[in-house]
Amino acid sequence: MFLQFFEALRAAKLPVSLKEYLALMDAMDRHVIAEDVNEFYYLSRSLLVKDERNLDKFDRVFGEVFKGLESAADLKTEIPEDWLKALSERFLTEEEKKQIEALGGWEKLMETLRKRLEEQKGRHEGGSKWIGSRGTSPFGNSGYNPEGVRIGQREGRHGRAVKVWDRREYKNLDDTVELGTRNIKVALRRLRQWARDGAATELDLPGTIRDTADKGYLDLRLVPERHNAVKVLLLLDVGGSMDPHIRLCEELFSAARSEFKHLDFFYFHNCPYEALWKDNRRRQTDTVPTLDVLHKYPRDWKLIFLGDAMMSPYEISMPGGAVEYWNEEAGAVWMQRLLDHFSHAVWLNPAPEKHWAYTVSVDLITQLVAGRMFPLTLAGLDGAMRELGR
Amino acid sequence: MMKFSGTASYIATPDLAVAVNAAIALERPLLVKGEPGTGKTELAFQVAAALDAPLITWHVKSTTRAAQGLYEYDAVTRLRDSQLGDPRVGDVKNYIRRGKLWEAFDSPKRPVLLIDEIDKADIEFPNDLLLELDRMEFFVYETGETVKAQVRPVILITSNNEKELPDAFLRRCFFHYIKFPDRQTMQAIIDVHFPGIKKTLVNEALTSFYNLRDMPGLKKRPSTSELLDWLKLLLVDDIAPDTVREHDAKKLIPPLYGALLKNEQDVHLFERLAFLARRG
Repeated sequence: MFLQFFEALRAAKLPVSLKEYLALMDAMDRHVIAEDVNEFYYLSRSLLVKDERNLDKFDRVFGEVFKGLESAADLKTEIPEDWLKALSERFLTEEEKKQIEALGGWEKLMETLRKRLEEQKGRHEGGSKWIGSRGTSPFGNSGYNPEGVRIGQREGRHGRAVKVWDRREYKNLDDTVELGTRNIKVALRRLRQWARDGAATELDLPGTIRDTADKGYLDLRLVPERHNAVKVLLLLDVGGSMDPHIRLCEELFSAARSEFKHLDFFYFHNCPYEALWKDNRRRQTDTVPTLDVLHKYPRDWKLIFLGDAMMSPYEISMPGGAVEYWNEEAGAVWMQRLLDHFSHAVWLNPAPEKHWAYTVSVDLITQLVAGRMFPLTLAGLDGAMRELGR
Repeated sequence: MMKFSGTASYIATPDLAVAVNAAIALERPLLVKGEPGTGKTELAFQVAAALDAPLITWHVKSTTRAAQGLYEYDAVTRLRDSQLGDPRVGDVKNYIRRGKLWEAFDSPKRPVLLIDEIDKADIEFPNDLLLELDRMEFFVYETGETVKAQVRPVILITSNNEKELPDAFLRRCFFHYIKFPDRQTMQAIIDVHFPGIKKTLVNEALTSFYNLRDMPGLKKRPSTSELLDWLKLLLVDDIAPDTVREHDAKKLIPPLYGALLKNEQDVHLFERLAFLARRG
């Protein structure tokens, strides 16, 4: 049974190794936990999951493998399925849900729940516990209430309406969901390259010892402090279809600004053409020729495009395709110039990956950047940074 | 064996207690992550108190190297002493400074070793400690001796997620992610910190607090330690529960909010929302 669990975890791409599995067996042998499925869940979670992004995956696998285990081990009296269903319907009907929403109260909802719980207690004094499960009870159902109501609080550990792992509280830590600044910073750090330059201010101990031994007297050696030497040029798409992603882009932008000492940015609309700009309010008057950008920034700068690449295909492939003005040369030509100059380049796309296939322009851009398009999620950013760090 | 299940001043959720006890029983390090201010570092102090064990803390900084935790050989002092003709210079042992790990390995009673904020150090730092944490022994090159743990210490490691830790290191650890406490747990936490606090005040404060946390667009959401600070302030100033609520009154911003919001932009955002709510 445990082997099956282990295999299911591996199949779900959770990085668990034999060593951890053996440790789990060891822990079971030594009776580290009481014979209780909740404790087993906690134990296996702390041993097998090493990254909070994987917690959700783990919960799902655990729920699948050990489905029905709790009810088999824990239930003393059988409660008919219909009864459960009826109860849940009685608990909160659609109307009631609406009513509660209209009353505008989470507090209110809690109160109702509390009252019902008390009723519930009164009716079942015979030692049987009442249970609910996802799908039948409205409480704890993540669709209706994302936090999950902990019905069992006052009844102790066994009274939970929803199994701990079924609550899936770690849902938003999965690495395919969009991220906050801090996470972005962590991902951006992959790009770090340490280099020493500047004034020699740090004591170089090995150098000092070596030179002192050579010369026979104390000879202090200093080296410059090391710092992050990565240089990044960020080109951001603004306006139009990018508006829904603005928050995410802001987050990436602010994270990048604090992470890289050498960071410069320009804006473009949909596709870069012969001019870029730095201030969106003066985009018509105050532009910088793209050729100047190419000449100003050396090849070792890393180029990051940030845009959804959703536009008319003509904006990429045809001269005069730009939405705002007449462009002499096609967007693809300018893209190619940029990519030829900056050998390290990626395109980050805030639009969900599953939508990409439906847009021709995304395909065109992906071809232009030779497949280096990544979604703006933690996993995507990670991949992009690896690509740039090569 | 003694089981850890929280202390008089620390509420441990059942999953945390299982993780701690399993790590103690299997003598493996426990890696603790979670939002800032959810009691990661405090956990080590409480485990030490609960087990009645000495606590050794090693606070990691960006400049900390793994070798510093084992020992340091002070070559410069020895060189100076040799030039001054100090008799101690003959014995290399005089110039070996013990690190925190050595201290922990040498303790006759099982200690609790806290390696705080391991993610602050260089990316290679955890890799350099693999063997030491696994076997609980290391070799001192200068003197040729092997330092071996008398009793394997309980090791707690905290991380703020600034860097990813290497797989090889993670495989040797237990892991626990302290999730943000829900209302009931928070209530319990407040009860152990402020016994005898007025129920109404706690209720109002908690409502305000969770509303604040749920506000979209906050740069730094307040956490447990900030809530406790805020409650302390409220108690010191003897603020009435009604003032904390202020659902409909003219000012919607809770009193002394400086304890909760630590970011200028957050305060602005909050004021703006409060203003809109007042109009509407």
